[in-house]
Amino acid sequence: MEARAADRRIATLARHLEASSLKDSHEIVSASPTSSNSSSPSVFNHLARAPEDPILGVTVAFNKDPSPSKLNLGVGAYRTEEGKPLVLNVVRQAEKLLVNDSSRNKEYIPIVGLADFNKLSAKLILGANSPAIQENRVTTVQCLSGTGSLRVGAEFLARHYHQRTVYITQPTWGNHPKVFALAGLSVKTYRYYDPATRGLNFQGLLEDLGSAPSGAIVLLHACAHNPTGVDPTPAQWEQIRQLIRSKGLLPFFDSAYQGFASGSLDRDAEPVRMFVADGGECLVAQSYAKNMGLYGERVGALSIVCKTADVASRVESQLKLVIRPMYSSPPIHGASIVATILKDRSMYHQWTIELKEMAERIISMRQQLFNALKSRGTPGDWSHIIKQIGMFTFTGLNSKQVAFMTKEFHIYMTSDGRISMAGLSSRTVPHLADAIHAAVTRGV
Amino acid sequence: MALRSVISRRLTKMSWCGTRSVSTWWRNVEPAPKDPILGVTEAFLADPSPDKVNVGVGAYRDDNGKPVVLECVREAERRIAGNLNMEYLPMGGSVDMIDKTLKLAYGENSDLIKGKRIAAVQALSGTGACRVFAEFQKRFSPDSQIYIPVPTWSNHHNIWRDAHVPQRTFHYYHPETKGLDFASLMDDVKNAPSGSFFLLHACAHNPTGVDPTEEQWKEISYQFKVKGHFAFFDMAYQGFASGDPEKDAKSIRIFLEDGHLIGCSQSYAKNMGLYGQRVGCLSLVCEDEKQAVAVKSQLQQIGRPMYSNPPVHGALLVSTILGEPDLKELWLKEVKGMADRIIGMRTSLRENLENLGSPLSWEHITNQIGMFCYSGMTPEQVDRLTNDFHIYMTRNGRISMAGVTTGNVGYLANAIHEVTKPT
Repeated sequence: MEARAADRRIATLARHLEASSLKDSHEIVSASPTSSNSSSPSVFNHLARAPEDPILGVTVAFNKDPSPSKLNLGVGAYRTEEGKPLVLNVVRQAEKLLVNDSSRNKEYIPIVGLADFNKLSAKLILGANSPAIQENRVTTVQCLSGTGSLRVGAEFLARHYHQRTVYITQPTWGNHPKVFALAGLSVKTYRYYDPATRGLNFQGLLEDLGSAPSGAIVLLHACAHNPTGVDPTPAQWEQIRQLIRSKGLLPFFDSAYQGFASGSLDRDAEPVRMFVADGGECLVAQSYAKNMGLYGERVGALSIVCKTADVASRVESQLKLVIRPMYSSPPIHGASIVATILKDRSMYHQWTIELKEMAERIISMRQQLFNALKSRGTPGDWSHIIKQIGMFTFTGLNSKQVAFMTKEFHIYMTSDGRISMAGLSSRTVPHLADAIHAAVTRGV
Repeated sequence: MALRSVISRRLTKMSWCGTRSVSTWWRNVEPAPKDPILGVTEAFLADPSPDKVNVGVGAYRDDNGKPVVLECVREAERRIAGNLNMEYLPMGGSVDMIDKTLKLAYGENSDLIKGKRIAAVQALSGTGACRVFAEFQKRFSPDSQIYIPVPTWSNHHNIWRDAHVPQRTFHYYHPETKGLDFASLMDDVKNAPSGSFFLLHACAHNPTGVDPTEEQWKEISYQFKVKGHFAFFDMAYQGFASGDPEKDAKSIRIFLEDGHLIGCSQSYAKNMGLYGQRVGCLSLVCEDEKQAVAVKSQLQQIGRPMYSNPPVHGALLVSTILGEPDLKELWLKEVKGMADRIIGMRTSLRENLENLGSPLSWEHITNQIGMFCYSGMTPEQVDRLTNDFHIYMTRNGRISMAGVTTGNVGYLANAIHEVTKPT
């Protein structure tokens, strides 16, 4: 192969040197050092290997472990009692309908995604009777799950909003800071979790948001805060709302667990609806990864609630300019499944039942883990396990204890002590309880 | 009840209003211009005329003007429906899909693949692959620019702009010959500073349909070696140009033979008809396996804050089709069928125009290759086609041959003749 390439180069050179060349005259090409056997070094030679993603890297490590008792409590993906991933029955049903519908094609969908998916998603989070929807003041675009919705929203804000700072909770989902930073916003934190009580640091939250510059963006977890599982009460939400509105801060909701927190879709959407009800503006990122089990299909939506229909329409046109150079248009499959389910009364109803089952299994796991630690006499107050909400428990374990649990008990979780309750089953709770007990009592 | 809710609504409004007056955050948001390509289809859909013809967006249509789902795709859908879970793919995407996709571009027996020297991630079709590359280029070659051919797919400019990579252009299309301006292209390659980054269309150039010959590709490759340039190939039409995927990858293979460490964006939107699934692949050839691992890890870091991980469904379809021999064979047949139909329409359109007695030369219609024909019509002529004849295309005169059928080719030829004939 090398010889052929060299021959060709010599032939090309010869042609260039020929007096009777038919091409326009080229300068004489002399032999270059780069025409030898060695290729010039890669322009990316200086790259270092990037560290594993702190969350997704956990699964990578888990997969490598050969131990039969290994437990993956890392990524927030629901598991059944048998430890298996779950495709909801209603989703399988929807898929079959789609496959058998020969009139469907795989054309590009619009830049903003499927129209019926967008309308139904807005209704799901804002409520079917939301005045904002009825007044056409909401623009909704289909995006790639929660991450994609956050990123598109952040890029939009970086371009069109007068304030460049976003306040995120301390702590928050590991990917949040990067999403906003790469969009060009500057990221600050506000106090949220209180390690002493393993609950909400409400005073700190109010102080920090109270001293934020007017107009700053505030990221709020709509329910089932990730990673802590600590949510404000309705009364606390009302105070937060008043503070945000009085300071003219811009709320940006991340709603990744609607229906998963309490088991009720409407109840879990209350904080968002409370803000929309006061007539003000906000952004909402929705994900169907967990509540419809569509993780890998990357289905989500970004809604921007605006003052007027005219503004909403202009906002939509600008969102398209963000999306087009990112991926042109979103993937069709997952959104089609969602739309099929949401628009059919009986399928919607079926979904709410399956969703409630998932939420209830998690609540039961919380209770079982709490009981198991109590019965072992594990030192410490573990009531936060049953007080916290949603898929995750912020155990309060430190990174040394986590590393110990991984090494000795093959328990995989993120080093901040967050465990995904969805990864537990009645069968594996004792093993986890043993591991926590050992980590706490051996003075690691 | 109603009174109470009115009062409570008033109270919450008041407590929110506080000292602030009612204001909007987005008053200053201007309406954005419509996308020049996708806006065409929007306008087409809104037109009630029964004669309307859409030769705008590059999506394949059958001879009845209908979108096509390939048989191999329908069968793959049936085989996978309801069977598998929908868990997150790894950040870099489906390893199996990537594996098979690299073989298409780099060759079944590629030493680079065997030597694990290619860093590759699943991407959101061609757009996503280009965007992740542009972001990667910005991060790791921050002082570099991208040389983009004139003309090119309009979204290329948006992609590198949004990644904050400065752009320059190089000569490509020759309006007089409606072919390649090879001499100027080579001049631009030579005059660019050593080690420049170039965007090349591997085959079936969009929008012109003008591709370099094999000999010309060899010269370009040689000059790139002399200058130490980086070649990034956008291959959105492999299989679609000639009907033979191996043949359509020739430009890439030439560069690989010459030892270039190329980058490549691959899309399954057109050649597998998976448009809306957003399936593609971004690959970078590295010096060794260790470097490939490092580069892949960095590519993943770009995808994570953009969409976390890529969608599973389309990748599954690709893996299934390329992995099952009967489906792969069917696919190759269907791709050839699509390419052949388009080549047939090119011949037909040209013949029709010549039979109408058009004094202009239309041989570029059959010289050009792939989905698009760069007709040479002016924006004003295109506007007349739309306003008078309800024919929709982009204002640069690009005709999507995939939208031409035996049913509308006569009408189209007649309209083109009307707007281009000397008055």
